Amino acid sequence: MFDHLSNSLQKTFKNLRGYGKLSEKNVTDALREIRLALLEADVHFQVVKDFIRQVKEKALGQEVLASVSPGQQFTKCVQDELTELLGRDHKAFDLSANPTMIMMLGLHGAGKTTTTGKLAAKFSRAGRKVLLVACDIRRPAAVEQLNVLAGQVGVDVVNPNPGESVPELGMRARDRAMTQGYNLVIFDTGGRFQVDDELVRELEELRDMVNPQNTVLVVDAAMGQESVNVAQTFHERVNLTGLILTKLDGDARGGAALSIQSVVGVPIHLVGVGEKTEDLEDFHPDRLASRILGMGDVVTLVEKAQDMVDETSMAKMEKQLLKGDLNFEDMLSQMQQMKKLGPIDKLMEMMPGMPQVSAEERQRMADQGKVQSRRFEAIILSMTPKERRKPHVINAKRKQRIARGAGTRVKDVNDLIKQFNQAKKMTKKLKKQQKKLLRFSK
Amino acid sequence: MANWFKALGKTRNLFKETLGGIFSRDKDLDEATLEELEEELLAADVAPRLAAEVIAALDKARRGGNRSRRDVLKQVLIDQLAQTTPFTFSQLPPNACLLIVGVNGSGKTTTTAKLAHLALEEGIDPLMGAADTFRAAGSDQLRIWAEMVGCEVVAGKQGSDAAAVAYDALDACIARNRDLVVIDTAGRMHNKAPLMDELKKIVRSLNKRVPEAPQETWIVLDATIGQNALMQARFFNETIPLTGIVITKLDGSSKAGCLFSIKKELDVPIVFTGLGERKEDLVPFEAEAFVDGLLGIKDDDTGDDN
Ligand SMILES: Nc1nc2c(ncn2[C@@H]2O[C@H](COP(=O)(O)OP(=O)(O)OP(=O)(O)O)[C@@H](O)[C@H]2O)c(=O)[nH]1
Ligand SMILES: [Mg+2]
Repeated sequence: MFDHLSNSLQKTFKNLRGYGKLSEKNVTDALREIRLALLEADVHFQVVKDFIRQVKEKALGQEVLASVSPGQQFTKCVQDELTELLGRDHKAFDLSANPTMIMMLGLHGAGKTTTTGKLAAKFSRAGRKVLLVACDIRRPAAVEQLNVLAGQVGVDVVNPNPGESVPELGMRARDRAMTQGYNLVIFDTGGRFQVDDELVRELEELRDMVNPQNTVLVVDAAMGQESVNVAQTFHERVNLTGLILTKLDGDARGGAALSIQSVVGVPIHLVGVGEKTEDLEDFHPDRLASRILGMGDVVTLVEKAQDMVDETSMAKMEKQLLKGDLNFEDMLSQMQQMKKLGPIDKLMEMMPGMPQVSAEERQRMADQGKVQSRRFEAIILSMTPKERRKPHVINAKRKQRIARGAGTRVKDVNDLIKQFNQAKKMTKKLKKQQKKLLRFSK
Repeated sequence: MANWFKALGKTRNLFKETLGGIFSRDKDLDEATLEELEEELLAADVAPRLAAEVIAALDKARRGGNRSRRDVLKQVLIDQLAQTTPFTFSQLPPNACLLIVGVNGSGKTTTTAKLAHLALEEGIDPLMGAADTFRAAGSDQLRIWAEMVGCEVVAGKQGSDAAAVAYDALDACIARNRDLVVIDTAGRMHNKAPLMDELKKIVRSLNKRVPEAPQETWIVLDATIGQNALMQARFFNETIPLTGIVITKLDGSSKAGCLFSIKKELDVPIVFTGLGERKEDLVPFEAEAFVDGLLGIKDDDTGDDN
């Protein structure tokens, strides 16, 4: 996400570097670019206006440090403001009550049912006894969809009876949760517009029946300028306690999240990053802000890696990634580690420097990676130790031998070397970005 | 067009002051008003650069001073959407194939059913293909719709090969001598190459049965989506050339201003508009009605509606 925004911002900052002082003129020029970038990222125009004003005040204020360049100073200002807008601290669901009630709501097609399934998986993994309630009584097969997901995850569902209203269904589900010892109940409501008074009233009635501690708005990361009106109206009617941002695996810039949070002020709990039940991640405004600025999200990468890979090999990999002088042995062990980490494109997105690479390009690289990685592995394995450690010795003759050994063509060996050189370039960049990042993290 | 306004009536009443209001205040078109206008365009999800262009054009027209500024703005916007002849089912060859594509949740399945309904209304004999074999209960959804619409559906099991289901649907269309098969596909993120490749595979498999199929490939775009809609349209069009755009969920408060840039870049006709969740809620796209809705101009002051 924020690909484009990152690109524009980085361009802007590059232009700023080299100036001795932050003058009114270069701030104004930079801000014009930033304004456009934010608007193109679907940030609400009013939010953009306020944001620009605030940044300008700070940038021109007294906070200029002698030790950093104007470009860095300005980056810091923008980063601070973005973090501010994004709400600074991550807040989790309110899980204090037993049973805890979570009401999911949002526009049509936002991803409520899929997200309900993901939450069920997350909470039942954490040891809670989860009950789902199929409150979408209008969309054809919505109930079936929730039942399929519940079956996959292994949790129970309360289904609507013929003729039963949504509040009645909610009541019945609540009673069942109380008597049968469920500690988490999630109500999956049908999609509706905030301007559909009758349907919003249904939500109010459901809320009054079940008194949920959590009223969660599910928002498509690609949502446009209406995000603010939608969230505001829902907030007025049912009092939102949090947001979940979905479809972040797309290339939408996600300005809606920024807009909603700065206008309505509810925390973003989690983000959806794929269609499978495990594709749900924590949201961290501070990390997102640095990601917006193109500094990558090393922390998320490290965390994710820790989940899947044992710590020692992780530390090794991190070192390799940051060492910046890659050889084929590193590449081989990286390829083997990467396989454990999951989809390469998602990982790449989190790496510093990668937001500069377009999502398209990342996807292309990831796919190429998947198809070719097995072939590449075979090629590296048929290299001599010397060739692996000192790639530059590989000449045409050696290429022929290697290709024969791996059962491929010389063209594939060339492809590998090309990729290897690309990766090498990337890690060099990474090293630079890492240094920059360290400088900014307090 | 009257149809459109009726459908929009519910939400139109709730519009706060929009461009229509700004114009009717009959202020001089000064800097402040221009900025206000630009913000209204931005609020409607018109691409920021395009909004700036439109405002510049308006500013120029102000200096020229020959036409009323509302007419100028309206005309500038309508020109962007310049439609050729409207789509009719009868223009399709026998056993035609219409493929419905788009990102997750945009309204493909609902639109597929609505199209079948519309075809039936026009005396066309349709069939539906449920090639969403991925999403939980994806084909159940279309099956239920099939009953509501009164149209047969060819479906595969969840997890089965979407390309094979698409082939079977087209094959059935020919075997049962139907006029048209509308094929619903799974939602997919346009930036995910493997999923886009699957779409190509679906098209190849249709080609095997009928080399010209699908004669129409329409992308379903959600009006509540902002600038990313252009990326969606662009990527899908690059994968399999699109021949039409359906814009859904215009019954909400979003104005789908992104259509201007999409139309400009792809030059593909916008064929239908989704205005609700019922089978009747699909109407042919009308540039003028769309622009009026976007500008908040009421039908009774356009003077050319009823
Ligand atoms: N109000 C309104 N709702 C719509 C319209 N079109 C679709 N919907 C609703 O949007 C939601 C998603 O529609 P679907 O047809 O299931 O979307 P899809 O693209 O098939 O979704 P996936 O197959 O999951 O990718 C449903 O709740 C529909 O009822 C429309 O024009 N107006
Ligand atoms: Mg569908």
